[in-house]
Amino acid sequence: MQLRTQEYVLNMGPVHPSTHGVFRMRVTLDGEVVVDLEPVFGYLHRGVEKLAEERAWGGIIPLTDRLDYVSSMSNNFAYVTAVEKLAGITVPERAEYIRVIMAELQRIAAHFVSVGSFLNDCGAYFTPFLYMYRERETIVDLFDMVCGQRLLYNYMRIGGVSQDLPDEFLPALRKTIPHLKQRFDEHDRLLKENEILIARTRGVGILPRETAISIGASGPTLRGSGVAWDIRKKDPYSIYDRFEFDIPVGEQGDSYDRYRVRMEEMRQSARIIEQAMEQIPPRGEIMADVPRVLHIPPGEVYSRIEAPTGELGFHLVSDGSIAPYRCHIRAPSLMNLTALRDMVRGWKIQDLIVIFGSIAITMGEVDR
Amino acid sequence: MANPWVHWAVFTVIGIAFVLVMVIAAIYIERRGIAYFAARVGPNRTGPFGIFQAIADAIKVLFKEMITPAQSDKLVYWLAPAVVFAPVIMAYAVIPFQNGAVLADLNIGLLFVIAISTLSTLGVFMAGWSSGNKYSMLGAMRMVAAVVSYEIPVVLAMAGVALLAGSLSLNDIVLAQQRVPFILLQPLGFLVLFLGGCAEINRSPFDLMEADSELTAGFHTEYSGMKFAMFYLGEYGEAVLMSTIIATLFLGGWQGPVLPPWLWLLVKIVLVFFTMVWTRATLPRVRIDQLMALAWKFMFPLALINLLLSGIEVLAWPQVLPLYLIPVNLAALVILVLLWSKLYRVGGGRVEV
Repeated sequence: MQLRTQEYVLNMGPVHPSTHGVFRMRVTLDGEVVVDLEPVFGYLHRGVEKLAEERAWGGIIPLTDRLDYVSSMSNNFAYVTAVEKLAGITVPERAEYIRVIMAELQRIAAHFVSVGSFLNDCGAYFTPFLYMYRERETIVDLFDMVCGQRLLYNYMRIGGVSQDLPDEFLPALRKTIPHLKQRFDEHDRLLKENEILIARTRGVGILPRETAISIGASGPTLRGSGVAWDIRKKDPYSIYDRFEFDIPVGEQGDSYDRYRVRMEEMRQSARIIEQAMEQIPPRGEIMADVPRVLHIPPGEVYSRIEAPTGELGFHLVSDGSIAPYRCHIRAPSLMNLTALRDMVRGWKIQDLIVIFGSIAITMGEVDR
Repeated sequence: MANPWVHWAVFTVIGIAFVLVMVIAAIYIERRGIAYFAARVGPNRTGPFGIFQAIADAIKVLFKEMITPAQSDKLVYWLAPAVVFAPVIMAYAVIPFQNGAVLADLNIGLLFVIAISTLSTLGVFMAGWSSGNKYSMLGAMRMVAAVVSYEIPVVLAMAGVALLAGSLSLNDIVLAQQRVPFILLQPLGFLVLFLGGCAEINRSPFDLMEADSELTAGFHTEYSGMKFAMFYLGEYGEAVLMSTIIATLFLGGWQGPVLPPWLWLLVKIVLVFFTMVWTRATLPRVRIDQLMALAWKFMFPLALINLLLSGIEVLAWPQVLPLYLIPVNLAALVILVLLWSKLYRVGGGRVEV
């Protein structure tokens, strides 16, 4: 008797433990092997770009909080630098330093979340995940100290930041950074050279250098493929040209490389924060002279920063009114997701989860 | 007890009570243990130190609705939880709690344990098949593949113990460890049994059948209410059973100084189970092809070598094994494991599609 086999479609998501939100994958499987994958997204679409057209320039900042909700500070930063570039506003020195410190702390916090959930996807039952959340908590406490919020900060303003650092902030930061650096080493001792983790991630889900560039990948996903591209160095914005740091890159572009790049980036961010702590002016203005109702002369601008997930760009068009005529957001998560189908074909369903986790998207940003 | 009926009645009650109490204890140890490993507190509100949490959960789960999916195979779907849980209790019929304190001292006790504990797999596959859910089916298929592969090294490791003890009766095996527990004489066999046992009862890092990050809940995705609780009981029951088997075969069962024998058995079971909890809290999960490769390329040859070594040792010293074999066997374990880890790459890679 001849037994017939047949491919079947498994619908993973939008409600699934490992889809990082409400992502949905229609996976065609041959037994355990992924034959084809069709990503479906839009379950978290809130129309942020359209909503932005209805609001005054300053009122868009809370909307940007909700893009990549694990890195609100970076989103704030990307938007306000774009508006400042368009309106020609110069930001006071102290505010620039505060912004850089916040953005780098946010990068560490966001990488904790993505690495933690990646390791959870690999099957390490919540231990590394919760360790990383414990560390993230110390950073969230610092944000709480500065702006009173723990997730959606709404901290930066066009021309500066909403409030100055409280007196206890810098001493607390000085204590937190060495603690965090010690914790990075601790995490590496736990899983960096773990046989099972290496067997599960080394060589799995390779994103070749050329593909990574051609799909417009950015951030750790691109650097994991061996491209030393970091906007903080290649197209410096704010005051990033004053700091010394390295761009960690991977070798093969596999899941393990992306995980390592994130771990190294956290160390580099800690380095930047240490330098910024030394250089920050002890006191001074934190807001530029910006009119309450901001009219920006007609024109358009594209401005980008290095967010934790990659190149976060804002394309703003002004028609001279109090609100943008058009606000387009270049979301790195969406771009990085483009190669998912090619990366997972031929791998097993368990690898699919690992590869997807190693790209580390946030649905708030993909769907906007 | 002269009357066999009284003997059976007493030990049936003891066996069932022991399983249920140990399952509750195991759930508590696992939840609190994993919580502490993961820098959490764990359940600590129900009773002193949260020891009644499992009971509270059991009461809650009793009142839950039991959902039967429309596309399911009803009869099989209803039977599956019982088929998973019943063998666990049955296997305790031959476990000695102290010298002679056993429901039935079968002269093929070891064989009975192997045969009965494998029956649970049938229940898992029934659950996966009848649910009419693709996640369940995938989980069940993985379970069958894993158990079929791991049964062989596990049985071979147990055969080594039978060689040393010269008997298949579990009571005799424990008595044979009077002088020295078999873990020292057969460390390789212990390793194979522990790893294979973890894979068979679906403990991390081999928990591919439920793999919550991939298959949501694997074979019991569709189950709810008391039927889910039966799977839960069965899962921890199997873990306790495997710990008991390892404690009996390799750690000297109820043997030990000062403390009463049943307490020694308890301590050893908890010790083995705690090692499993520790593993689960630390390690990532292996992939299905790596799981298979580990069974066939790594554990199967090692189990055969272990059997061969113990055979030679038993032949050379027919009366009693000299103690200087302990370091020799430990060295053999280290050398063989290192050699094999160099010889084989575990698992395949990408398939062309």
